Amino acid sequence: MARTKDPDKEASRQEDLLLLDKIKGGDFHAFDRIVKKYEARIYSHCLKFFRDQEDAEDVLQEAFLQAYRALDSFRGESAFSTWLFKIATNGCLMKLRKKKKVNFVSIDKPLEFDGGKIQREIVDWSQNPSLLHGNDELKRALDRIIGALPEDKRVVLTLKDIEGFSNIEIGHILDMSVAAVKSRLHRARLVVRDELTSYFEGALKTAKTESDR
Amino acid sequence: MDCREIFDRLSEYIDRELDPSLCEEIEHHIKDCEPCVAFINTLKKTVELFNKELPSNDIPKPVSANLHEFLKKELGS
Repeated sequence: MARTKDPDKEASRQEDLLLLDKIKGGDFHAFDRIVKKYEARIYSHCLKFFRDQEDAEDVLQEAFLQAYRALDSFRGESAFSTWLFKIATNGCLMKLRKKKKVNFVSIDKPLEFDGGKIQREIVDWSQNPSLLHGNDELKRALDRIIGALPEDKRVVLTLKDIEGFSNIEIGHILDMSVAAVKSRLHRARLVVRDELTSYFEGALKTAKTESDR
Repeated sequence: MDCREIFDRLSEYIDRELDPSLCEEIEHHIKDCEPCVAFINTLKKTVELFNKELPSNDIPKPVSANLHEFLKKELGS
């Protein structure tokens, strides 16, 4: 059984194992507790894949049902949370593929090089004062950007940079090698960085126009 | 290492997953490369923003209530 170095994660993992033992012994109340523990994270994860909240709710319900029914097949080789996210992620991807009408516009714009040098000027917006305080508009922009990513990039970025899974855990969830996870994650981050750059450039222009009035 | 080679390893660099020798090479390069510094700063900030702004521990009460009701019904408990 793999162990994690993070004491909070390890404590959470041990708590899950105790609950799982009780569930396997027929204690439905323990299942209710584990649902309460993960329902918000799983729901939030599902919302990254669908514009329609009902779709996210459908996958949420099916994921927990499937987890309960397949509990005997959980052998503790990964953390329960990793296993649960695998079920939910597969549910999201299957539903997306069934719907097919969902056509996200790819926003992939690779950086251009002249020989080995970056060709254009890079705006450093990392010290932008509007970043100092979380704001709803920025949050909406982040949601829009992640929603416009192709699903293969979105799923990796969500699991790593929002849910905080390690590359090994993501490899487990998506049945991919760690090298493939790293490569896809990097490509996803480049796209969202580029989109955030456009967002901040736009925000700066708007602020300048308003101050010039 | 030139900008392109560094560009391919930046996620591993900011995640501290690179060998120390590669980190040193990157740090040596960025001493004199403003575009790379700006790129690294904004990539780091991008990751930080997603990490800070988007995780959610909220679920609307009706969604949670529906879930628990659904499971009780399906599992007959």
